[in-house]
Amino acid sequence: MSEHNQQFEQKEEHDQEHHIVSPVIYLVILLALLVGTGLTVWASYIDLGEWHIAPGLTLFWNPAVALAIACTKMVLVVLFFMHVKYSTKLTKLTVASGLFTFLVLIGMTMADYFSRAWGRW
Amino acid sequence: MSDSTAISNSAAAEAGDSHHGEHPPYQRHHFETVDQQFDATNFAMWLFLLTEVMFFGGLFTAYLIMRNWYYPAFVEGSHQLSIFWGTANTAVLILSSFTMAMGVWSAETRRKGALVLCLSLTFVLGLVFLGIKTIEYHEKWEKHHVPGLNWSDASFLNPASDPEVHKDYPGDQPLQPDMAQKTEMYFFLYFAMTGMHALHMIIGISILGFMIVRARAGAYTTGHVTYVENFGLYWHFVDIVWIFLFPLLYLISRH
Repeated sequence: MSEHNQQFEQKEEHDQEHHIVSPVIYLVILLALLVGTGLTVWASYIDLGEWHIAPGLTLFWNPAVALAIACTKMVLVVLFFMHVKYSTKLTKLTVASGLFTFLVLIGMTMADYFSRAWGRW
Repeated sequence: MSDSTAISNSAAAEAGDSHHGEHPPYQRHHFETVDQQFDATNFAMWLFLLTEVMFFGGLFTAYLIMRNWYYPAFVEGSHQLSIFWGTANTAVLILSSFTMAMGVWSAETRRKGALVLCLSLTFVLGLVFLGIKTIEYHEKWEKHHVPGLNWSDASFLNPASDPEVHKDYPGDQPLQPDMAQKTEMYFFLYFAMTGMHALHMIIGISILGFMIVRARAGAYTTGHVTYVENFGLYWHFVDIVWIFLFPLLYLISRH
């Protein structure tokens, strides 16, 4: 009985999963990605300056803006072209853990690189 | 729970081939349902893509650190790249991702003609991308900017000796010889990253060729979309890598 219920629930979950994304959404995402590309090229031709957060710590706006636009484009591709928005929780968790592991790779390496000569400059 | 499932499966197996009629021919026998099969292969594809994220992640990290160490060399090295060709290639690749996504839609809605068309367009756009990349690589060869094989520091020791680039970037100062050498590191990473990306494109285009033949025979429009869906994930991943390579290599060193 309980097994029967479980199978029924699984079936219902799967019906929601098999979402066919409509071509209209694909077209909107295509346009957004092309606009993003135009925007990032345009921004690279302008000197956006820098932000002195603290002595020895400066944020350069040009690379920051370029990476922010690239991240936005990535999120659009992952969510819609790669269907993660409509996927199972397992897939969402897998994608999130991949991003997390990548940030550990970058974060730990940069933490080491920045702190090697701490106080000796 | 798992025991009872095993028993019921073996009972079904003993009953002979009669259960073949109960599921579509593309469902493997070790899966209970088509949905379970789809989820399992989808999950496996994502795990493969995670290894790819870490593979390209290593290259991106190397680029990040080297650019911090040898910043002037990386800026002047980057000025050698053509923003026009880079932008064109980004647009081509994004368009190919769109045609691939439409291919998945065509397979899901069982439109054979549309699927073959979408896969063929993706195939052609992939070749256009590689063609533009070849134009760029050829220019690097002619200007002796291929590290290890055909290399000269001249453009960086004396920017005025390279009038095409110098008119776009008149502020570029001659680099000291030890820093000018480090532009070779920029071009090494440029070729390593775009080369690895291009290799992924070549593999993807080869698989696309195989899929076009299969799609013409009606392979993916029977309701079994796993192959097209998972190849789409690979193709979009390669697109994402380029979405980051383009600003990092071409754009962020303009200012």
